[in-house]
Amino acid sequence: MPPDSPAQFIRRFLGFARGSIRLILRGNRAYRLWLAALGVLIVSGALAYANQVRNGLALTAMRDQVSWGFYIGNFTFLVGVAAAAVVLVIPAYIYDWKPIREIVLYGELLAISAIMMCLMFVMVDIGRPDRFWHLIPPMGHLNFPSSVLAWDVLVLNLYFLVNFVVATHILYRAFHGRKYAKRLVIPLVLLSIPMAVGIHTVTAFLYNGLVARPYWNSSILAPQFLASAFCSGPAILLVVVQVLRRFTRFEIRDEAIWKIAELMAYAMFLNLFLHGAEAFKEFYSGGQDVLYTRYWYLGLNGHHTLVPYAWSAVGLNLLAFALFIVPAARRNWVILNIGCIATYAGVYIEKGMGLIIPGLTPDALGEIYEYYPSVTELRVAAGIFAVGFLVFTLMLKVAVPISLGEFTEKKETSDLAGVAWAGR
Amino acid sequence: MDTDGKTTKPTRRIFASQAAALAAGWVLTACGPKRLYEAPRAQLKKAIEDMERQYRERLGVTVSVSDAPAIPGVEFAYALDLSRCIGCRRCVYACVKENNQSRDPQIQWIKVLSMEKDKGVDFSAADPYYSPAEVPEEGYFYVPVQCQQCRNPPCTKVCPTGATWTEKDGIVVIDYDWCIGCRYCMAACPYGARHFNWAQPEIPKAEINPNTHYLGNRPRPKGVVEKCTFCIQRTRAGRYPACVEICPVGARKFGNLLDKDSEIRYIIENKRVLVLKEELNTAPRFFYFYAT
Repeated sequence: MPPDSPAQFIRRFLGFARGSIRLILRGNRAYRLWLAALGVLIVSGALAYANQVRNGLALTAMRDQVSWGFYIGNFTFLVGVAAAAVVLVIPAYIYDWKPIREIVLYGELLAISAIMMCLMFVMVDIGRPDRFWHLIPPMGHLNFPSSVLAWDVLVLNLYFLVNFVVATHILYRAFHGRKYAKRLVIPLVLLSIPMAVGIHTVTAFLYNGLVARPYWNSSILAPQFLASAFCSGPAILLVVVQVLRRFTRFEIRDEAIWKIAELMAYAMFLNLFLHGAEAFKEFYSGGQDVLYTRYWYLGLNGHHTLVPYAWSAVGLNLLAFALFIVPAARRNWVILNIGCIATYAGVYIEKGMGLIIPGLTPDALGEIYEYYPSVTELRVAAGIFAVGFLVFTLMLKVAVPISLGEFTEKKETSDLAGVAWAGR
Repeated sequence: MDTDGKTTKPTRRIFASQAAALAAGWVLTACGPKRLYEAPRAQLKKAIEDMERQYRERLGVTVSVSDAPAIPGVEFAYALDLSRCIGCRRCVYACVKENNQSRDPQIQWIKVLSMEKDKGVDFSAADPYYSPAEVPEEGYFYVPVQCQQCRNPPCTKVCPTGATWTEKDGIVVIDYDWCIGCRYCMAACPYGARHFNWAQPEIPKAEINPNTHYLGNRPRPKGVVEKCTFCIQRTRAGRYPACVEICPVGARKFGNLLDKDSEIRYIIENKRVLVLKEELNTAPRFFYFYAT
């Protein structure tokens, strides 16, 4: 096919954009209700954030003692989601296991929305969002390689870019009835595998490298991050593919779903094992640094705010492991979905509340300030999740018909089903 | 270049790329907004004039902002006599006043911890909110903690924008105009020495100290981190920090580590000296000692 002239390109792109908007605007009642609910959360979050910008982060529950809280916890959790969504590429490509391959494109779309949420959580957490450009050379100054946060800024943005390019390229090409460019896609997909591990490792090192915080300063942190991420990312994806299978012509074989559930069981075992190893070391050796772990699991000097969260995370994770490790159980759709929700909730609690807050409680000088997110923080966080889900929903609304061949430039080339991935 | 006598003719490409590099360099050094860390002298002067004008307009107070650089041959250090401190917290309030710390919400760069004598220096048993009718209390001793001005500071290396650094005289400073308020440095500090402006800092107009330094006590905006600077506005002008001056029992000592005859050197060489959290290898320039 000869390359497009600029005018041709613009015309074809406009056709794509018009079609996409038509797709997005069309939908059944459930779809419209879902969008409306997200819209309400987004408006509420935006208002709360505007208020926070005006009055300062004093509207959060964070203070000098616990200087990071719910926002950074959510950020950490979502980096895991972004990483794990793409790690499904490994079985799909390395072992050439086809059933999973159809999901990988959706994994990449999930990664794109998750990274967007990550960046938004960082934005709402910083005191001077108006100075964000200070991080960006040449006008700004990125303290690389000294600051691990500088590394994180780089790898997260690069990872976003890689996934964005791959997903949009494949979909755009499929829309025009053309195969994706192997020379572009295969190297980028292969690059995205180490990068997925990389973003979560760097994010773990962000905390891990602080000698001031014994709760984080443990070499088990990065492996444990990865293990928990390999549970939570696929958990979301399994629910999403079931929804897609139900409401669209999208097809995925049961065995692919069961296989992923099995892999999640192994990851969850590793996660629980690493938590257990850490808890053993802290409690049995009984040094002063046990304070932080004790605050999370048992409470400290009458301060018990986080204890119910700690044990519900442990309980949910154990439940998820038990449900997914038994083949008969994970093949039952009701049980499978209970397992997915348990995994998601367990890892969310363990990262959202259990990582940041105990790391800073008691504070560097031994003071216990009991942090619990304020209404502003909850509203802003809900708003960010709503933006993420909105972006993910709209991307799926366009991507699914394209990969099913229902939405193409020429109606006659409609037998393109699965060209996106199955056609490698 | 032309060591063997050959003349190299500049190609158009080399010329173009060099011109582009020069132009980019000029843009970066001349017009771009800058960290005060790397601002050339002339630009610093202008930045300081802007600061003074803004303070006049915003606060209605004439604030003078010094740009005194580190004095060659000086490295500051501090020593605090734990056997003398009576926990009166006069240092805390003198510091608040001298360094224009927000009164609402309250920010205090010095935190005095009350500790039980039979437990020793144990942060997990420390009380920062002690309030007996009279100090010192029987059975307790006091450990004031502020920025330890580490030689191996965990806070500066984590800053993603390079907004905090160690000056040549050993003072760890923050560029309040460059800090983005991510608070990574606060997570990294093992001494709780860094404080964040969670809301717009408020100081009654009459209580503003107009003698300031651009890296020290000049009024701060909302959303940035601040900390003790060994009273950089005073010590670079040859004076003692406010906390040293106010201490009613003479527990606080300050001086030049590079001066062999200084009091600080005498204390380090002759007294039983310790640093907080030695095992973290932060190498503080803030020492604690027992004189009696």
